[in-house]
Amino acid sequence: MAHFTKANSLHEWLDQRLAIDKLWKVLAAEYWVPKNINFLWAMGVVLLTMFSILVISGIFLLMYYKPDTKLAFDSVNYTIMQEVWFGWLWRHMHAVAASVVFLVIYIHMFTGIYYASYKRGREMIWISGMLLFVTFSAEAFSGYMLPWGQMSYWAAQVITNLFGGIPFIGKDLVVWIRGNFYVSDPTLTRFFMLHVLLMPLIIMAIIGLHFYSLRFPHVNNQDGEEIDFDAEAEKYKAGLKKESKVIPFWPVFISKDLFVLGVFLIFYFYLVFYHYEFAMDPINFDPANPMKTPPHIYPEWYFLWSYEVLRGFFFPVGSLSAMDMGLIAFGIANVIFFALPWFDKNDEVAPAARRSGFFVWFWLMVIDMIILTIWGKLPPTGFNAYIGYVAAVGFLALWAALPAVTARKKGLLGFVILMTLALYIAGYMEYAKTLGNGIVIVALFIIFYALFFLNPVFVRNRGGAQ
Amino acid sequence: MKELKILFIIAVLVGITYWGIEPYAHSKMHPHHEPATFAYADLKPLHLKGDPKKGAQAIMNNGCTGCHSIASQHIPAPMDPVAASASYGVRPPDLSNIAAVVDHKFLANFIKDPVKAMKLAHKFNAKRAFPMPNFYGSDQDLADIVAYLVSIAPKELSPKEAFETACGRCHNVRYDKWTVIGEKPKFKTEVQKADFELKLAKYEANLKKYLGTTPPDLSMFIRSRGPEYIRDFVEDPQKLLHGTAMPRVGLTKEATEKVIAYLEKVGDRKKEKRDKLGVWVLLYFVIFSVLAYLWKQKIWRELH
Amino acid sequence: MAQSRRDFLGMVFGTFAGAGGLAALYAMKRTWDPLPSVMAAGFTTVDLSPMKPGEFRTVTWRGKPIFILKKPPEENCNHLPDETKKRLVKVGDAEYLVMIGLCTHLGCIPNWEPEKKIFHCACHGGEYDACGVNTFGPPPRPMDIPPFKIEGTKLVLGEEGPEYKKMVGKA
Repeated sequence: MAHFTKANSLHEWLDQRLAIDKLWKVLAAEYWVPKNINFLWAMGVVLLTMFSILVISGIFLLMYYKPDTKLAFDSVNYTIMQEVWFGWLWRHMHAVAASVVFLVIYIHMFTGIYYASYKRGREMIWISGMLLFVTFSAEAFSGYMLPWGQMSYWAAQVITNLFGGIPFIGKDLVVWIRGNFYVSDPTLTRFFMLHVLLMPLIIMAIIGLHFYSLRFPHVNNQDGEEIDFDAEAEKYKAGLKKESKVIPFWPVFISKDLFVLGVFLIFYFYLVFYHYEFAMDPINFDPANPMKTPPHIYPEWYFLWSYEVLRGFFFPVGSLSAMDMGLIAFGIANVIFFALPWFDKNDEVAPAARRSGFFVWFWLMVIDMIILTIWGKLPPTGFNAYIGYVAAVGFLALWAALPAVTARKKGLLGFVILMTLALYIAGYMEYAKTLGNGIVIVALFIIFYALFFLNPVFVRNRGGAQ
Repeated sequence: MKELKILFIIAVLVGITYWGIEPYAHSKMHPHHEPATFAYADLKPLHLKGDPKKGAQAIMNNGCTGCHSIASQHIPAPMDPVAASASYGVRPPDLSNIAAVVDHKFLANFIKDPVKAMKLAHKFNAKRAFPMPNFYGSDQDLADIVAYLVSIAPKELSPKEAFETACGRCHNVRYDKWTVIGEKPKFKTEVQKADFELKLAKYEANLKKYLGTTPPDLSMFIRSRGPEYIRDFVEDPQKLLHGTAMPRVGLTKEATEKVIAYLEKVGDRKKEKRDKLGVWVLLYFVIFSVLAYLWKQKIWRELH
Repeated sequence: MAQSRRDFLGMVFGTFAGAGGLAALYAMKRTWDPLPSVMAAGFTTVDLSPMKPGEFRTVTWRGKPIFILKKPPEENCNHLPDETKKRLVKVGDAEYLVMIGLCTHLGCIPNWEPEKKIFHCACHGGEYDACGVNTFGPPPRPMDIPPFKIEGTKLVLGEEGPEYKKMVGKA
């Protein structure tokens, strides 16, 4: 037993027992962050705030929500929205935050890609972040079902149906996930459990991992400069604040974050009060009806890009149906970002602006994902189908090309581009029904996927200037 | 400046994406249609001036009250709602307020040829007659009847009264306890409750048989369809939803606005509160941001 | 020696603990399974005898609409290519079209238009003929046939009878 003296204050009393001074130093006052940063570095704190808003508003919604197909719709739209004091506020905040949080996640993610904050020791930051993206997606999908409106129902129906595409076990798996042959009461109650308990628990654990993964490689900075954090911290503590390249989390880093957060919350609450349709689809204010499909079914905006990768393949290839081709690409699209550190064959940590090939790649990826998102919502009729195909193949092609781009293998890059163009032409001929699914398109896709899977494995790492 | 440049790029990208998935995509999904004018231009105008007294007589002579009640004139309904729905599919409207919600030109045309006025030729034809027969009297008689209905109509209707006359015989509004057979009363006994529910179920079954589909409950329509859609849809349902069982009911612009006001009160009753509180919350975060900025400037001044 | 015994003991304990974990996982998996009552409700029996020639009905099976169309004697589906010719079910002396009433494009519910003798899907304009075969628009294939079994004049949906197996080429 340690020796305890009488404490002179509550602070001292707690410090003796919990070492709160030391904890505060480790977590905040002497947690060092580079000084050379911009407002994009505040997205982590913005995300944590949005997650807190989701948890808190969710707690109050939980007090009145009833997970039962007969009661769910009215418990949300009548009890919560019209009777409970400020119930409407919690609902609007919850729905809008669930949508906007993905905007911030995408910004956060592409900031990481732009500044190359996913390699040279920062791989676990990237992977834990991608795990958060996946778990947030699952959380969003399960939550979208709860109001039991038409979109809740049909989105659940269409998305759970996708698992039917898995060979051999698909059909049984769909029934197993739903707990019935179709989306119904057991489906609602189990997704309710996932949404309010299991997924939040997992998310909180991964948030802990994400923060922890930052401690050893440290936060990146605007120039990708390697900083000796211990030496710079000593400078700062010695009062050389101007010369030091680092700042403490509290109060310096957080003071900037809080300003960014304030501006962001103005935007967020404007959406909550006056511009919420994008996050609360009007169609979802019609109660779920298994016997009536809404004329247009589409996922929430943040799933549109991967949904369009699924839909982009509109013709069969060999013995694979259009749906199979789509599912393969969709499966790849959902996990491929995890592998980014290994598709990048250049060790240099620098903003994309200083890496010319990668700079082009980055903006092509952003543009392609925006096109996928927009075309993911447009009806897939007529020429839209072909545009979707171009963007979906383009997404895979960008990944196939990344090892060649980063390792500066011009010949290989040229070959990937050539294959992509060949697929575009062949796809157009399928669209115009002049090719008719022959051996040519099968061969093209085999070569294309071979490039996709072999390039990251066999292209040698280029090292990279320091 | 660099930060403003980054912010600008993000704003442009987010703006393009938003434009693509909201206004642009929705304009592709819902083809453009002309906004409602409530002119009912396809119907012949009624030029003759009617005499309410003669109209009252004509109503009696033509047997209108054999099906319709006129509660304000103490003429009761000949059948209860369930029996009426069994005979006609839906209970015939009480005529007390009808001229206060329905356009007068439409009313005259409706009495003359209901199916044409309602644009329901795809549902009612030689094979299947509409429950209300065409009127074969003179145009003067028609003008008199309309004049009479106008004379008994109240000058001012509440939104709820407008809704009941215009929509309430086919549509439930469960968030306001409105049912197609009238307001749901407070029940004293389980028997009363069961009795009411049985009547309602019978009426709804007859209605479904008559229309081929169960008309939706309108509680949340203000959020699921929005005022513009409701306005344009009510004016001419076939234009927006081809083949629908919903008839053109010929509401005036004012009556339609009342129906919308009622639906807003039922389905979005916190709208006013939301609009008001929003200003204060936004103001709070503006001040929050200003203070945060000043604090940040103070701390960062000694770093550069 | 002592070392290896401890290893052995450790391995036995680890295996035993792991087996317990697996058993618990099995229990969790079973808890997610559809309930027996749900599985039992997966069958719908329809009596076809009261249907008139040309009559169209929709019944519900596993939450899906099932279209049943009794063909008038003069109509058949013999014009179809071989593999789809067998789409009609013979019950008694009449032929019936039985299929899942979901558009094979994106799962909307098409409308039966008796005057034109087509199924029309309002979502993206797909059309099917009176045999349920896609004739226009985005649907990739004819409407699906649900598993069925014939018992006298009754149709049991959800069970795979010999007629169904023959129709989909499983026999």
